[in-house]
Amino acid sequence: MNLHEFQAKQLLAQRGVPVPAGEVCESADAARKIAEDLFAKGETVVVIKAQIHAGGRGKGTFKNGFQGGVKLCRSAAEVFEKAQAMLGNVLVTKQTGPEGRLVSKLLVAGAPTIKRELYCAVLLDRAAARPVVMASTEGGMDIEQVAADHPEKIIREIIDPALGLLPFQGRKLAAALGLQGGLIAAGAKLLAGLYKTWWECDATLIEINPLCVVAGKDGQPSLLAIDAKMSLDDNALYRHSDLQAMRDLSEEAPLEIQAGKFNLNYIKLDGSIACLVNGAGLAMATMDIIQHYGGRPANFLDVGGGASQEQVAAAFKIILSDPHVEGILVNIFGGIMDCNVIAKGIVGAVRETGLQLPLVVRLEGNNVLAGRKTLAESGVAIITGDSMSDAAQKVVKAVAE
Amino acid sequence: MSILVQPDTKVLVQGITGSFGARHTQLSLDYGTRIVAGVTPGKGGQVFEHAGQKIPIFDIVGEAARHTGATVSAIFVPPPFASDAILEAADAGLDLVVCITEGIPVNDMVKVKEALRGRTTRLIGPNCPGVVTPGQGQDSSGGCRIGIAPGYIHKKGHIGVVSRSGTLTYEAVWQLTCRGVGQSTCVGIGGDPVNGTSHLDIIQMFNDDPETHGIIMIGEIGGSAEEEAAAWIQKNGRKPVAGFIAGATAPPGRRMGHAGAIVSGGKGTAAAKIEAFRQAGIGIAATPSEMAATLLKMM
Repeated sequence: MNLHEFQAKQLLAQRGVPVPAGEVCESADAARKIAEDLFAKGETVVVIKAQIHAGGRGKGTFKNGFQGGVKLCRSAAEVFEKAQAMLGNVLVTKQTGPEGRLVSKLLVAGAPTIKRELYCAVLLDRAAARPVVMASTEGGMDIEQVAADHPEKIIREIIDPALGLLPFQGRKLAAALGLQGGLIAAGAKLLAGLYKTWWECDATLIEINPLCVVAGKDGQPSLLAIDAKMSLDDNALYRHSDLQAMRDLSEEAPLEIQAGKFNLNYIKLDGSIACLVNGAGLAMATMDIIQHYGGRPANFLDVGGGASQEQVAAAFKIILSDPHVEGILVNIFGGIMDCNVIAKGIVGAVRETGLQLPLVVRLEGNNVLAGRKTLAESGVAIITGDSMSDAAQKVVKAVAE
Repeated sequence: MSILVQPDTKVLVQGITGSFGARHTQLSLDYGTRIVAGVTPGKGGQVFEHAGQKIPIFDIVGEAARHTGATVSAIFVPPPFASDAILEAADAGLDLVVCITEGIPVNDMVKVKEALRGRTTRLIGPNCPGVVTPGQGQDSSGGCRIGIAPGYIHKKGHIGVVSRSGTLTYEAVWQLTCRGVGQSTCVGIGGDPVNGTSHLDIIQMFNDDPETHGIIMIGEIGGSAEEEAAAWIQKNGRKPVAGFIAGATAPPGRRMGHAGAIVSGGKGTAAAKIEAFRQAGIGIAATPSEMAATLLKMM
């Protein structure tokens, strides 16, 4: 599950990471009010940031023609005007795809003068099976590009999960970021808060980019997390009711939400051949084999190890809701699950949905003969495949015709 | 021989009274596996009965192992309690713990990995189909089946199979069996980002096992475990290895069902893994339908 920037900043601030003063709002009037308060407290520049689960907001374009989902403003009136242009409109960035995302929330915050832009993040190092804190002097950039062009500019500190991020590790990282004087201790404290947030919230990734050295109100430089990105481990959400409440369903694909209700794992892709498979590995492999034979998969769909007739019916309805689907491949290796139950589910779903598209079914495994008999005697137009490759070739051919 | 488990291995089941654990305990007993004890806290003293067999249930893993001589545990405990169940089995000094549970928080597994460092207990999984060493009987019965794999698709023989995915393992095993080729041991190491045993660990065991003459290694996108295994095979491999990597068509940044199957930051792509296989001399199955055929061509 992904969080919005303002949610990530709240969680970080609660654990000692300094973030700019600000609030989230859903109307231009509220945005003006927040800005008035910020100016009254001495901010000279205020930023409004569209809250969507996608990067590249600053360089994005709204479908109404308004440029940029991140805007600096020098008056409350300007905040009101720009908030009006953003709210209720669709922002397209390089990460949203052409359909873009509806902006319904804005973060309005102080925007102090930035002296340096840095980068820091916490994630899992899979090879070490331990958390790793990553930092770089190249803040504000695409970190994947930095990793590709200048790997030496990324500093990594592996964390012993039993000990957590130790103060000396924080100081080492702060010094490597070129921080000096009082900022070493401030940097170590910020990184400690970042790590604590990652661990306590069961995050899979927290990225602060940029982490900035700014001119403080007393003239002294200080550190601020200017932007934050945070993803959570879905498997751990059961123990965080506060984080569950932060889920924003409007940021998720409706078909994927619908699939989740039936314990189906569905991811929409942009091809024309839908697939319905049991098991994540086999589902990925089925997408691959469709492409191998010249077709394009319309989705990933894992019905799990113990699919019921009801789930198969729900799965059919979901894949048929995608208007680009021109054919369906069902690939089931029923090790333990009864192939006949699946076969009955398929026949029922075809009748219920009045399916007109070509349907290729490959059934293998437990009670497969009964399953094949159910399909053959159903009177439903089903093309059967003997193996994965046979079935994939048949569905690609049927769609091409 | 075979690796990890033999037909006479004594197995206990943690979570034997849950519906999932009970169902697969029955299937393992039918297969001929020596399930000797169950563990469900609070149900000690009760008995799990199936087809005339009476399996004693204990409250504590250590107690179950002491009374029955079990050396291996199969875990069917729900995710919030599974990491504790793994550590209890390690504390009891078991040789092998096979954790089937799907959905364990990653940080729980990070802690388990730390706690297992320096211990002799090996963990397979979590989020895995388990381990099967096929037996001599009809439909390979008489073997050791730990977990949720269908027993009957196997056949006793000399090919080792290791995979992150359950159903792709079954696919490979079935392709072999249909060609009359049997398996020494089939191991599902699980689809989570942090697991107990890697591809490399299993490849090393197969390499050393005289009964294993060839290996099928099935990987998927995410992480770098396949690359590490490939690099080792290039230097040390003495047996033919064929492989398949799933997820070439998966969009980056999306988890494909398995918690660990994700391409992030440009890392863990199918293309990089396939290239590592190619460099190591591993036979690459162009499609998942050709896993067995690719290996048999090399043998």
